[in-house]
Amino acid sequence: MSRKLSLAAVTFALTATTSLAATDITWWHGMAGRNGEVINEVAQKFNASQSACALTPVSKGTYEEALASGIAAFRAGEQPNILQVFDAGAATIINAKGAVIPAEDLITKAGYAFDRNAFIDGVRYFYADAEGKFVGMPFNSSAPIMYINDEALKKAGVEAPKTWEEFEAIAPKLKEAGYIPLVQSQLTWQFTENFFSRNNIQFATNNNGYDSVVDTKLKVTDPNLEMMFEKLKTWKDQGYFAFYGAGWNDNQKVFEEGKAALWIGSSGSFGGLQKTATMPFSATFLPYWGSIKGAGTNSFIGGAALFAMSGKSDEENKCVADFFQFLTSPEIQYFYHKSTGYVAITKAAYELAEKDGYYKEKPVAEVGIKQLLLPAGEWSKGYRLGFYPQIREIMEREYGRIFSGEATVKDALETIEKEGNELLARFAKTAG
Amino acid sequence: MRGTSGREGQQAPAKRVQFSSPFLPYLFLAPQLAIILVFFYWPSVQAVQSSFYLEDPFGFGSTFVGLTNYTDVLKSTEYLGIARFTAVFTALVTFFALATGLLLAVKADGVIRGNAADKTLLIWVYAIAPPVAGLIGMMFFNQHIGPMVELARWFGWDIKVGLDYSDTAFAMIVVSVWKQIPYNFIFFLSGLQGIPVSVREAATLDCRSELRRFWTVTLPLLAPTAFFLLIINTTYALFDTFGVIDVMVKDKAANNPITLVYKVYMDGFRGSDLGGSSAQSVILMLVVLVLTVFQFRFIERRVHYN
Repeated sequence: MSRKLSLAAVTFALTATTSLAATDITWWHGMAGRNGEVINEVAQKFNASQSACALTPVSKGTYEEALASGIAAFRAGEQPNILQVFDAGAATIINAKGAVIPAEDLITKAGYAFDRNAFIDGVRYFYADAEGKFVGMPFNSSAPIMYINDEALKKAGVEAPKTWEEFEAIAPKLKEAGYIPLVQSQLTWQFTENFFSRNNIQFATNNNGYDSVVDTKLKVTDPNLEMMFEKLKTWKDQGYFAFYGAGWNDNQKVFEEGKAALWIGSSGSFGGLQKTATMPFSATFLPYWGSIKGAGTNSFIGGAALFAMSGKSDEENKCVADFFQFLTSPEIQYFYHKSTGYVAITKAAYELAEKDGYYKEKPVAEVGIKQLLLPAGEWSKGYRLGFYPQIREIMEREYGRIFSGEATVKDALETIEKEGNELLARFAKTAG
Repeated sequence: MRGTSGREGQQAPAKRVQFSSPFLPYLFLAPQLAIILVFFYWPSVQAVQSSFYLEDPFGFGSTFVGLTNYTDVLKSTEYLGIARFTAVFTALVTFFALATGLLLAVKADGVIRGNAADKTLLIWVYAIAPPVAGLIGMMFFNQHIGPMVELARWFGWDIKVGLDYSDTAFAMIVVSVWKQIPYNFIFFLSGLQGIPVSVREAATLDCRSELRRFWTVTLPLLAPTAFFLLIINTTYALFDTFGVIDVMVKDKAANNPITLVYKVYMDGFRGSDLGGSSAQSVILMLVVLVLTVFQFRFIERRVHYN
């Protein structure tokens, strides 16, 4: 008890001294491991760069937990200044008018100029409103890319595939060479959402949900998506694809150990993979189908954005704007890009990394950003779907059923569409 | 044994105690009542209230929707499937945790009667924190390094926890039972050791069959302990296995089995659907209410405390 008391006293003393000197702001995030450490480093850099504001980052667990804590805290009036929200949660927070101050308004109000065109194309649309105004500040941005076990491809004497047709052609050779040809880590993000973006196919009505929440419907019974999952199922049966469940790491592990030839991961996996991979690796774009007309467009931006929560004093908001400004500076972007593998979000930062020769040294680091910079198609800008974290859970369940043989691809996709549409209708009621 | 021996002590003398002021007993009860009110009744009332509303996650507006949240939930085949699994899971976990605990206690009782050191050695497993136990259990079933997976392979069973519904269910039940055994063991053991030696000796004289003695003498004398454990184990299987399930599905339930409580968490905390998950928690409250009434009405009648 006395230990607790003295701890409280120390904390109080600490906060008392800092609050005399600076405005305290907090930042809740959902990052762990190396990526969590880098967040602390970014905060330290910000605190060292000026004296008016003191930023404290707090890890809230996973992305989902960070969003849930942020919502609970907001309802209790105890929200942090900055909340990190992942791609799938974007609709939840952006549709809650009044929960956040749009990043663009916050920054211009603090007296800074805001140039939307400074951001790379793939980043610009995802966390913005229908008029293109930035609501969230893109932060850790990633793209689903394909990592390559160089040894495996050499041994099999094949080249990395650009399309799924090419993969089908080399898969038997990879298997013969003693490798699992393909693994992936997130069927929702990599084989659903970004299946639609890379192949330029509509994901949901109402302009992928951007135009309105009312009557938005999923289009996951699309015959092309059905074909993709039929293929995955066949590949699994033939031993060309292995599936270890919905957990990200269970699937990544096989690649790290050098047992798999190709792994669909995130550009943000690069930082960690450099430490954990037991073999030399490279990376390339997420494959698309050559047979689909107009395919090969850029992918949706993944990862998360930072949102400035409302209900805070002007002083604190000014500090948040300062921090956003600091965060988008080329130097910090480059530092973050280098430390984590998440892509640089501004053109200036990308150029800085290029000029510095970073991509000559680490070509893998450029793959994600290059994929985001590919020509955009009509359906590759983003999606805005309410209760989407729950819809993803339905997808995970149904995809699991496909691979365990409990459901056919057709039935699974129909279930996702039916239950997903019910959730979208529910969300429309809450938002309306 | 605390729960039951406390009851025994209370029964006769309780009525004779006189308080000088009629308010005094309430004063003594006040802290407990305050805790119950703040932590049990208030949230329950809120849950009931929000189960009739459809609310946006951030709490900006809520619409009264009547019973829609309930009908939506009860119409969902998914929810009914989870309810079915929860029932089977609870029954199996309760049965095996009690049976194994009792078996171990009976065997240990014969050996360690009065030996404090042996008793402590057998009981100290209980001191392992539940989440740690869950994690250890999960490691046994890890699809890459789990020894249980290896073991199953020897018998030609390719167990795939996290991928196959029934394999995951099996692992969940094993880990949940395993985690609860020490608890049941302690209570059964002390229950057994509380049976007077004279009674046992008399029984031995009357009947030679050890098994029959167990059914006719030991078990009825253990009934208060068993009843108490039945309730504790049922609630454990229904609610406290949350941690095991969470560790097991690693945050992604996918096509794995989950219990009703986990579903409430998924929809409410992860999916931010407060109305829907409130309705689910009210349904759970009703289930518990029915279960409690059933247990005390029908089972407790057959339990003799003296």
